[in-house]
Amino acid sequence: MSDNPASAYDMSHVEETEERRTLAVIVDNEPGVLGRVVGLFSARGYNIESLTVAEVDRDRHRSRITIVTTGTAHTLEQIEAQLLRLVPVANVTDITKSKRGLERELALIKVAGEGEKRVEALRISEIFRARVIDTTNKSFIFELTGASDKIDQFCALMEPLGLVEVSRTGVLSIKRGAEKG
Amino acid sequence: MDTQTKPEAQTDTSQMTGAEIVIKALKEQGVDVMFGYPGGAVLPIYDALFTESSIRHVLVRHEQGAGHAAEGYARSTGKAGVALVTSGPGATNMVTPITDAMMDSIPMVVLTGQVPTHLIGTDAFQECDTVGITRCCAKHNYLVTDVNELARTIHEAFLIATTGRPGPVVIDIPKDVQFATGTYVGKKGIHKSTYKPQTQPSAHGIKHAMQLMKKARRPVFYTGGGVINAGPEASAALRKLQALTGFPVTSTLMGLGAFPASHEDWLGMLGMHGSYEANHAMHDCDLMICVGARFDDRVTGRIDAFSPGSKKIHIDIDPSSINKVIRADVPIIADCGAALEALIKAWGKTKPQDITEWKEQIGRWRARDCFAYGNSQTEIKPQYAIERLYELTKDRDTYISTEVGQHQMWAAQHYHFEEPNRWMTSGGLGTMGYGLPAAVGIQAAHPNALVVDIAGEASVQMVLQELSTAVQHKLPIKIFILNNEWMGMVRQWQELLHGERYSHSYSESLPDFVKLAEAYGGLGLICDDPGELDAKLQEMIDYDGPVVFDCRVTKAENCLPMIPSGAAHNEMILSEITGEEIDEAGRKLV
Repeated sequence: MSDNPASAYDMSHVEETEERRTLAVIVDNEPGVLGRVVGLFSARGYNIESLTVAEVDRDRHRSRITIVTTGTAHTLEQIEAQLLRLVPVANVTDITKSKRGLERELALIKVAGEGEKRVEALRISEIFRARVIDTTNKSFIFELTGASDKIDQFCALMEPLGLVEVSRTGVLSIKRGAEKG
Repeated sequence: MDTQTKPEAQTDTSQMTGAEIVIKALKEQGVDVMFGYPGGAVLPIYDALFTESSIRHVLVRHEQGAGHAAEGYARSTGKAGVALVTSGPGATNMVTPITDAMMDSIPMVVLTGQVPTHLIGTDAFQECDTVGITRCCAKHNYLVTDVNELARTIHEAFLIATTGRPGPVVIDIPKDVQFATGTYVGKKGIHKSTYKPQTQPSAHGIKHAMQLMKKARRPVFYTGGGVINAGPEASAALRKLQALTGFPVTSTLMGLGAFPASHEDWLGMLGMHGSYEANHAMHDCDLMICVGARFDDRVTGRIDAFSPGSKKIHIDIDPSSINKVIRADVPIIADCGAALEALIKAWGKTKPQDITEWKEQIGRWRARDCFAYGNSQTEIKPQYAIERLYELTKDRDTYISTEVGQHQMWAAQHYHFEEPNRWMTSGGLGTMGYGLPAAVGIQAAHPNALVVDIAGEASVQMVLQELSTAVQHKLPIKIFILNNEWMGMVRQWQELLHGERYSHSYSESLPDFVKLAEAYGGLGLICDDPGELDAKLQEMIDYDGPVVFDCRVTKAENCLPMIPSGAAHNEMILSEITGEEIDEAGRKLV
């Protein structure tokens, strides 16, 4: 992997391994702040695989934006630096790099079917510890929490059993242990 | 108990209208000049300005002019430039100067009017999403919907615009907020908890840099606009550190003036149209000390061939500049002045390495005399025109602005700067039309100085209407047009890259610039004879008022030397373009 690509214009053509990272971005919860963060990603050609945001400290008006992104080591370093250039960004933590990250996602999954397929769907949901939060004679809505790949796997199993619709929160993350950040 | 109080005691002096808050905050920030254009959504602020004597308002003819004038003011004073424009088109016309200021890190505060808050989002007359439009081109921006937040916001905007890596900040103020009454707060104690630029270098970085500097045999300082932005102290520190070390110095376009051009260790500007000695020194050095520059593509050329054998120290206040394009061996995040001071202290009384061999090599490169050109008795060569302008103005209190193109590069090559803040040019964005309004702003800041906009006949027509501003406000700017009837840089690239197919780069129907100057109330001069050039230039310099000088120069002169796109520093074209210099990959670059 070369540190110096052939030209500023050729960076996208350089073969480098891409890594997947989860970033926790703590921002002042002011109007337009999400727009700044998202705009930065699109303007500089960075990827967003998932994004969640909510206020987490009401007194200090701080929101936590969790972004899952992919990029080369060079790009990931730039993403952090560019995020920190934004005035309302207080700090950026690379949860993946810390190796102490916990990641969870919540999904609502609607499955419709009758007979054996309906029974099978319910049986699998129990294995995944999904909750049924709505039911009709022909359908279930499951609530499932877990790592993203667990939800992916559940959806794949539901596909032949009558998967209708999926709604996911995107990844939330936090570091293990007693310390903050 | 008698509760009756005197009438004045009932008046809370901190209560005032939003418009009055704006003026008071600007005054507290030390604003003495602002540039603007009124309109429906800023009328209350203009009304508050009507009787204000301590702020000089320069009325422009187009909002873009206000923005570039504010940039010229800022770059020549080190203070924030201020522009005031209305909503909708007023704001959208500011987008180019805001982007320009962002690219060149110019401190600027832009106040825009907005439709009243209850009309926002209804597509009201002259409404646009100013904060949305300027979000990606400003350092920061605000929409103020509460009059009680207005003063604090303005103070915070100045803080953000002028500290860290400077840049433009936009404050969008709805008309009802300008009318509403609220509380004024002073600038003392204003801070933003998420905004903490790192200004002091790490001891570790300085120590590591010093180890490399002490053993370098082929060192070079590569300095940029960051040194200018860090104030005159940073330029002084650079000179001091250079005197201690004896290292040669080159600079980007934006950094000219930080180091004196008359110094024997000055290599000239580097980059695409930089000097042969500067680019070769960059290519062959064993230690590059980058101070406040950002490895722009115009500087690096081909990246995989960029300075292959050197260690690189990179000093920048913006962490995102480090490792963005070129990997730094020693990154130092700091204000350039603070970092240079720390290096001076760390260097102490160290005896420099013997770098005589390196300087002899540089001498051999310098002997190529890369800026030489074939002069003429019958035609004015553009390089000669700049040389004469330099000779006739160098001993005066002179400020130079430029437009963008060949004339800009010739100015950078042939006009020599001894001091910072004397050279105003659009580097990053490359905005044609920058120079004339920038000159207006510079002259407003320095009423008694000689301010010359070195222009091309194509660029100058882009924001030409500001000549009227100069006449109205008695700003005696000199617009020195190198008129070759071509968009010269476009023509040069078409010659180089497109087989001399000169598609739409010839300026048909040029105005009579002399009559044009007279129509606006200025003085028009024309010259096409090298023998008369000095006398005409002197007439321009001596005239007390705006001048447009139509200097007819050689039409097809190329700006050389040149590093072709996609080539390395040591692959410069010196004197002849053959059309074979650029390979297929290079053709696709800009």
